[in-house]
Amino acid sequence: MTATFSPTGRDTYVGTARSRVDGPAKVTGLAKYAGEFAAPDLAHGYVVSSRIAKGRILSIDTSDAEKVPGVVKVLTHENRPRTAFLAMNYRDMVAPPGSPFRALYDDKIHFSGQPVALVVAEDFETARFAASLVRVTYEAETPATEIAELKDLAYDPPKKRSGIKPPPEPWGDADAAFDGAPVKVREDYRLAIEHHNPMEPHASTVVREGDGKYTVYDKTQGVANSHGYLTAVFGLNKADVRVVNPYIGGGFGSGLRPQYQLFLAMLAARDLDRSVRVVLTRDQMWTFTHRPDALQTVSLGAGPDGALQALKHDVIQETSRYEDYQETIPNWSGVLYRCDNVAMSYRLAQTDMATPGDMRAPGAVTGVFAIETAMDELAQATGQDPIALRLRNYAEADATAGGKPFGSKELKEALRQGAERFGWARRNPEPRSTREGRELVGWGMACGIWEAMMQQSSVHAALTPDGRLELGNATGDLGTGTYTILTQIGADALGLRMEDVTVKLGDTRLAEAPVAGGSWTAASSGTAAMRACRDIAEQAFRLARGLDESPLANVEFDRVVLEGGRIAVADDPARSMALTDVLRKAGVERLEATGKAAPDKDHAKQFESYTHSAIFAEVKVDEELGQVRVTRIVSAIAAGKILNTKTARSQILGGIVMGIGSALEEESMLDHRLGRFMNHNLGEYHVPVNADIHDIEVIFVDEEDKANPLGVKGLGEIGIVGTAAAIANAVFHATGKRVRHLPITVDKILG
Amino acid sequence: MLIESGSPVAADQRIDISLTINGETRALQVAPWTTLLDLLRERLDLTGTKKGCDHGQCGACTVLVNGTRVNSCLVLAVMKDGAEITTVEGLASLQGPGSNALHPLQEAFIEHDAFQCGYCTPGQLCSSVGLLNEGHAKSREEIREAMSGNICRCGAYTNIVDAIEDVMQAGGSR
Amino acid sequence: MNRFEYVRAGTVSEAVAALAADPSARFIAGGTNLVDLMKYNVERPSRLVDISRLPLDAIEERDGGLRIGALVPNATLAYDERVRARYPLLGDALLAGASAQLRNAASTGGNLNQRTRCYYFYDEGTPCNKRQPGSGCPAIGGVNRIHAIFGTSAHCIATHPSDMCVALAALDATVRVEGPKGERSIAFSDYHRLPGDDPQRDTTLEPGEIVLSVDLPERGFAERYTYLKLRDRLSYAFALVSVAAALDLDGDTIREARLALGGVAHKPWRNREAEALLKGKPATRDSFQAAADLIVREAQPQSQNGFKIELARRAIVRGLEQAAAGTPQSSSDKRIQ
Repeated sequence: MTATFSPTGRDTYVGTARSRVDGPAKVTGLAKYAGEFAAPDLAHGYVVSSRIAKGRILSIDTSDAEKVPGVVKVLTHENRPRTAFLAMNYRDMVAPPGSPFRALYDDKIHFSGQPVALVVAEDFETARFAASLVRVTYEAETPATEIAELKDLAYDPPKKRSGIKPPPEPWGDADAAFDGAPVKVREDYRLAIEHHNPMEPHASTVVREGDGKYTVYDKTQGVANSHGYLTAVFGLNKADVRVVNPYIGGGFGSGLRPQYQLFLAMLAARDLDRSVRVVLTRDQMWTFTHRPDALQTVSLGAGPDGALQALKHDVIQETSRYEDYQETIPNWSGVLYRCDNVAMSYRLAQTDMATPGDMRAPGAVTGVFAIETAMDELAQATGQDPIALRLRNYAEADATAGGKPFGSKELKEALRQGAERFGWARRNPEPRSTREGRELVGWGMACGIWEAMMQQSSVHAALTPDGRLELGNATGDLGTGTYTILTQIGADALGLRMEDVTVKLGDTRLAEAPVAGGSWTAASSGTAAMRACRDIAEQAFRLARGLDESPLANVEFDRVVLEGGRIAVADDPARSMALTDVLRKAGVERLEATGKAAPDKDHAKQFESYTHSAIFAEVKVDEELGQVRVTRIVSAIAAGKILNTKTARSQILGGIVMGIGSALEEESMLDHRLGRFMNHNLGEYHVPVNADIHDIEVIFVDEEDKANPLGVKGLGEIGIVGTAAAIANAVFHATGKRVRHLPITVDKILG
Repeated sequence: MLIESGSPVAADQRIDISLTINGETRALQVAPWTTLLDLLRERLDLTGTKKGCDHGQCGACTVLVNGTRVNSCLVLAVMKDGAEITTVEGLASLQGPGSNALHPLQEAFIEHDAFQCGYCTPGQLCSSVGLLNEGHAKSREEIREAMSGNICRCGAYTNIVDAIEDVMQAGGSR
Repeated sequence: MNRFEYVRAGTVSEAVAALAADPSARFIAGGTNLVDLMKYNVERPSRLVDISRLPLDAIEERDGGLRIGALVPNATLAYDERVRARYPLLGDALLAGASAQLRNAASTGGNLNQRTRCYYFYDEGTPCNKRQPGSGCPAIGGVNRIHAIFGTSAHCIATHPSDMCVALAALDATVRVEGPKGERSIAFSDYHRLPGDDPQRDTTLEPGEIVLSVDLPERGFAERYTYLKLRDRLSYAFALVSVAAALDLDGDTIREARLALGGVAHKPWRNREAEALLKGKPATRDSFQAAADLIVREAQPQSQNGFKIELARRAIVRGLEQAAAGTPQSSSDKRIQ
């Protein structure tokens, strides 16, 4: 049975297609983002970025900049005010092990584009102009940014990053089994470094409220994280800082950690005792986080029937010199496929770049591209159909977790439905077998996987005598639809209309929530919202029953339904009261409750939780000229209960579009001599444009899951995972050419 | 100061211009380097128009100048003296003076879920209005090509095309 | 962006005078490239001369051809009925470039004078001989998959990014300019230059000269032409290689061939020897391949752009095939014919 949210057992809104409740604000331009809040005493900061990647600053001459009328101050490492001394204080909630980067800390340069000065002026244009007059001289050292040359220095990170699974202990004897396997695939795989590039550049507006209090509008995926960082770094009282971010113009992971513009804005605000806004330029979006480079080798040994006998997945991933950023990369291979001899490794190599960070489905995008391409190679080598090969090696339990069963796994159904909709049965398995005019047509597929997670969250609910419900939760809506699904849950739980429900998000004054990431928000904050509303429902019921001549007298809570704004006896609907009357007659100004949610430990002891997908891609390749078009994608998703089929579909569409970018276009190109990304703009770092995107079909497969009372698993990541592999496999099917190093650009088709 | 043809205006002078923004004519004093985008966002609190790249590479800043879509980040405000500017905040008013109803494209964008984070949306909307005004794009393929100057990192492209096609088929109004 | 004086020019002579008065002044019309470069501090003009109100925005009939005013926006030009009917190659090239918004703002003259998209040129944190003569060219041996394969020098390997200019080169247009010394006309192939020892100069414009118009001769090759552009995504991206091809056929025999390449050199690349080779030959793949081979014979790869040589060779053949078949490349249907 699918979980339901309303005490009636009938959901009006949950599970249906509903338009975004924040839609009107977004289409009229009224939705305000972090860099758009103002204050009467607002000053504007513009960041000066380092042109070298490694070395130290010899001198900074700010005199010309300071002479410009309207310049308030130029902050550098030489004149910055003191902040917390210990590195520990700079570690945010999701920081990897290490000592975080501190802007303007000293003369040392750790990465190209590192902020070396902040010019603060009365207006943005003056700050920008003055920034061009800051003269910095450096002593440059040779940077190292090519991990292929740093392999020998790779190491097992001594401290593990919280929440990131290191590779499991090997089982069986993978090397011996590989050596003895009748069919072998051993190949290297690599993705280009990618940058998140949300459309909204990172921005922070620190508004000085007086009495040492600040309201901070920060582009963040977690106001609590920015709040904790600011109080720890600047020694501020928790109550004196409020961090707000009602809308975020895309995050994809780039807003999980407080970025340096937040530090600089508060630094300047404290120093100048006025409000300060710092907005990064698009170029500067290449100076703080990225999806890391990783060298991967996958070795598959199999019988002639494709049954896996050995599976090895070895990874060396880039990190910075100051933090051991970690992702879960190889493990997915062992979760997806059953094999008796498995060995996985994961090591880091330090480069002179900024610490990489989580970017949509971190680790899974990387690891699943490798295993799902390797599986396609195995299918080719054994003459198996790619779906049949996956079914032959289908894992019914998580071998990386000691064989624990999955709470739910409808991947087989996703494969079946996806294949049917795509028309996979009509595929001629022979590469280069299908041609349309000058183009070769290829069909490829891959599976995707992401962990279904939950975090502690809480939602505050308040019902007022006008029949309006307000829900508050500190998490952010990055475009994920959180405003909308919480509205649906609240409306169904109390039998209200969606328009009677207001959801507030992105404010540290609201009930505590984790950072919005990992696809855990719907499960975590959704469950908390449902519990808060149930609590309200029960309070309202008690009030109603206690009233004189109550129609609900002598009724128990489990016998009532909340529907159409009324509490009614389920089997005697004539006995009912409007919620508004209940509150008015009881003389109550508001009913309040806080609902809490946390991972179900009992469930987690018994089961492992993942979302899955089956992605089918059609490409058309003009082989002679190297042009690849992705003409069709079908993605079948098994991710538990779907709360809103409209916004859910959009989440998956977005993941697929980013996956197409990853497969064909996205590549931050380094000049290793300079240690600098050279295509640091949206003209030369290619993300998909409208013309690149053709038909995309999303299927949600029914899947019942009990890890949380909503039965939801989360959708933010799963859409992207495996998409690039499906496309690369389709390119192989079209052309017979296997591209193992993304993106698949013209040169790789020609070469 | 007032601008006079052929006479240089020194860098420290502000220049008098007049712009009609969303139907309201405004006398403004601007520096020569102030872009239309910065004027809207920083001076006039019309923050609906977004700055995504500031270099004409994303389309988030798209507005209509005399009915034609352009990247406001690359337009010096002083050069548009006398022009009519429509931003996302003024799309509703395109249906007639004082109209508060959403523009058909705004409604279609909501209906088709043609956005997620919303940051590219004002630019997508103004660009769509420009596209309809131009009248060149008819098929889905042509809409896709004609909307390729507006990047949506959330990947709402197929829904954006659905929304535009919907309005186009209804003859500009739904 | 630096601080600058602003001059609004009312007449061409006023514009020329305003520019001549200040050696580091720049004309501004659409602003789509100049404002972009100023925000990167690549251009730091002391004065901007606003020419956007000059009466140079007409498309006029002249000597059987068309005179395109320097201020005609790219979109207006692309959709002009005379251009669509008589010079569709030019219209298609325009529509292959940039985005609808940029085409609405960018002017014809500005398109001619747009600057390279070399990463290093755009990044003031790195040396660049074009931006700062004598500082060096890190694109050589650096990130250069988009760079030139023809006509490079030891000082610069940048390309000219325009699509429009590739078509104008193929169509044998003329650029009419006016400067302190008066008016003159420049053959299109002489307008842009190769980097040589002074890559800071993109064109042969003399100091103080303004573009008045681009003049098209009568022949527009409206029957058999194509603009084929290959790039890293299907729209809104600069060319890796583009081909403007135009043919005049007598039955199956080539009477005249025009061929210009974009994305491969510091200027639109024309090889008249290859065009001459095609003359009188049958319009077949073999002939086209021979011309392509001749053209790419002098190509020089950089560390990352060797693929462009083969890509150019194949694009030339395909472009000529499209032109011969009378099936020009569509800008919205991304399937290459």
